[in-house]
Amino acid sequence: MDGNQNSGEDFFQVAGRRFQSRLLVGTGKYKDFRETALAIEASGAEIVTVAVRRVNVSDPKQPMLMDFVDPKKYTYLPNTAGCYTAQDAVRTLRLAREAGGWNLVKLEVLGDQKTLYPDIVETLKAAEVLIKDGFEVMVYTSDDPIIAKTLEGIGCCAIMPLAAPIGSGLGIQNPVNIRLIIEAAKVPVLVDAGVGTASDAAIAMELGCDGVLMNTAIAAAKDPILMARAMKLAVEAGRLAYRAGRMQRKLYADPSSPLGGLI
Amino acid sequence: MNILLNGESWALAPGLSVAGLLKETGLDARKVAVERNLEIVPKSAFETTLIGDGDRIEIVHFIGGG
Repeated sequence: MDGNQNSGEDFFQVAGRRFQSRLLVGTGKYKDFRETALAIEASGAEIVTVAVRRVNVSDPKQPMLMDFVDPKKYTYLPNTAGCYTAQDAVRTLRLAREAGGWNLVKLEVLGDQKTLYPDIVETLKAAEVLIKDGFEVMVYTSDDPIIAKTLEGIGCCAIMPLAAPIGSGLGIQNPVNIRLIIEAAKVPVLVDAGVGTASDAAIAMELGCDGVLMNTAIAAAKDPILMARAMKLAVEAGRLAYRAGRMQRKLYADPSSPLGGLI
Repeated sequence: MNILLNGESWALAPGLSVAGLLKETGLDARKVAVERNLEIVPKSAFETTLIGDGDRIEIVHFIGGG
């Protein structure tokens, strides 16, 4: 929680850096780099997640992400997608830091290929090593409020629980847990994974999330660029609704027009 | 000499530095990170780090990901 939801100025702050946009987007699964660049631009995101992989040594002239998504314009957030052990995740992020010089990273250690659920034991191990090594760790985690507090306690700079399995597009399946995590956290909480469409992003923000991270919901839409714009507006709308404070739910009707002066 | 580069066997002239290997493979040193036998080679040491016979070299870069 960044504690500024009632002031006029509203910004997203993580690891001491300020951003205007509360939408963070992935750069995977697009048709080509041109579509990636256009979708990111339409989303208004300032932070983009990227993966670290072997270069294709036999075809070094292949286009590279950096040629299309300028690391000077966007904050690259290297991730550890595809890592199943703490050791692999730490190795990957050390290479990422060397490739780009960034210490703000997204840690995810997966436990299972079917669910892509995080392996919390390995995640905790990796987070401890990385934080000791000077990294600012935004951590992908399960929606367990106790684990979220533990990750915050060891020094993670943002807690990013899933709302549903990665790439499933099932929407916010766990609003109670997400709210419990937000209430207890003193660092930003972002829903990472599970968003399917714009209303899901708005719901996450209305719950009080500091931001939303998504990839497939945009990349797998029929028109990714249009969906990127929809997500930008949804995150903004959800944030404004959260700051505004929604009305109480009532069981019965309450007329909007005054009853006095009826003819 | 022979090395394992990104999991594949490569034959190289002896005495090649990491910078030389990048040049030979046509890769832009600014856009990659290099690991030699599980140890990161800092960019500042690309010129001075020599590749030895049997080395396991990994060259990575950023790709699209979520």
